[in-house]
Amino acid sequence: MSAVRPKPPSMIGDALAQVGACGLFLLQILAAVPRSLRHIRETVRQVWFTGAMSLVIIMTCGLFVGMVLGLQLYYVLSIFGGTAALGTVVSLSMYRELGPVVTALLFAGRAGTSITAEIGLMRATDQIAAMEMMAVDPIAYVAAPRFLAGVIAMPLLACVFNALGIFGAHLVGVSWLGLDNGTFWSNMTSSVDVWKDVVNGVWKSVAFGAVVALIAVFQGYTTAPTSEGVAYATTRTVVFSSIVVLALDFVMTAFLM
Amino acid sequence: MTQRRSYQIGTGLFILLGFAALAYLATQTTSIANFQQGPSYTLKARFSNVGQLKLRAPVKVAGVRIGSVESIALDPGKLDALVTLSIDKRYAELPDDSSAAIFTSGLLGDQYVGVQPGGSPEMFKDGDEFVLTQSSMQLEDLIGKFLVNGSPAQKPAQPEPDAAKPASPSAHDNHH
Repeated sequence: MSAVRPKPPSMIGDALAQVGACGLFLLQILAAVPRSLRHIRETVRQVWFTGAMSLVIIMTCGLFVGMVLGLQLYYVLSIFGGTAALGTVVSLSMYRELGPVVTALLFAGRAGTSITAEIGLMRATDQIAAMEMMAVDPIAYVAAPRFLAGVIAMPLLACVFNALGIFGAHLVGVSWLGLDNGTFWSNMTSSVDVWKDVVNGVWKSVAFGAVVALIAVFQGYTTAPTSEGVAYATTRTVVFSSIVVLALDFVMTAFLM
Repeated sequence: MTQRRSYQIGTGLFILLGFAALAYLATQTTSIANFQQGPSYTLKARFSNVGQLKLRAPVKVAGVRIGSVESIALDPGKLDALVTLSIDKRYAELPDDSSAAIFTSGLLGDQYVGVQPGGSPEMFKDGDEFVLTQSSMQLEDLIGKFLVNGSPAQKPAQPEPDAAKPASPSAHDNHH
């Protein structure tokens, strides 16, 4: 893989090569998706592992994010005498930004790392080479199901995160700080739009799921076959997916506005 | 085999939970929650200026929501705004001399169409048009008028352009 290079590697060239290889890998995965449907059980197992097993952390974090938003925004809005808008502000910021982004960051930490470590160890212990020798396509059997599982699981997790966040904000705003229950809900329902706010947030989380899963699978698949290589690959998964998710969030927000 | 079945069931439950959360968010916390489900009929109203009126803005009688704005279009012939209102069938008994006006909820809130019921014995039918309408109040116009006319107590009947002129260079000087 890393043969002797004629020149010292340039940072920019390396980065470009990584991005290019990642893009080509995405094409390979997409081409392998129809074949991977024969291993649909593997995809289901990955949805269970990356999605359902992440529910606890997603729900806990969603609840606390909602509660913190409730407290902070209540304080800020009370300066302007606008605490009635608490439900609106919390739900809009959750649906449009915090839900998809925070879920994607948690997803990268909880599921992305374990995908990278698992595939990296498969690479390091020559299991992937063994699959190739047995004429089992590792892209269709290993990479594609994990990618699909990320795309399926992320929007569902983001929706659960949002729902728990609204619950947390309601708990703080209505139950503790004494905001009127009817005002909280009616202001929210009158200004939140299902297509512009809820569905655009879901599109964002689909894109983030694809990006995080692609980076995790790619880092694992191309890791240096040593224990140090797996460690670096796992770190890179978290660093790269965090950066790409936040950058992509800006681009998507600008387009979906 | 039983272990495989258990995680398959778990995955199914997870997907179900995710979609339930999505359905909850979409139907209970958005404008769909106060979207009337029942049959409705349409009324039309012409305004010379709709201001910031948006699609799906509420239509209210006495402050109670009876429908929503279905479409806002420019009439190419008369060059005024033709607003189509979708009114809940439950409120079919609107006198046909009722008037429609665009109001703002609060000082800077969203705009809505307020209907002032008239006294005619005839009721609106599907597709009818409001005869009496009042356009949205433009805050900018009001401010502009106020600035041009000045306070009526100081300069009762003479909106002299010369009187206003000495003020403007000094305003410019302040900016520099």
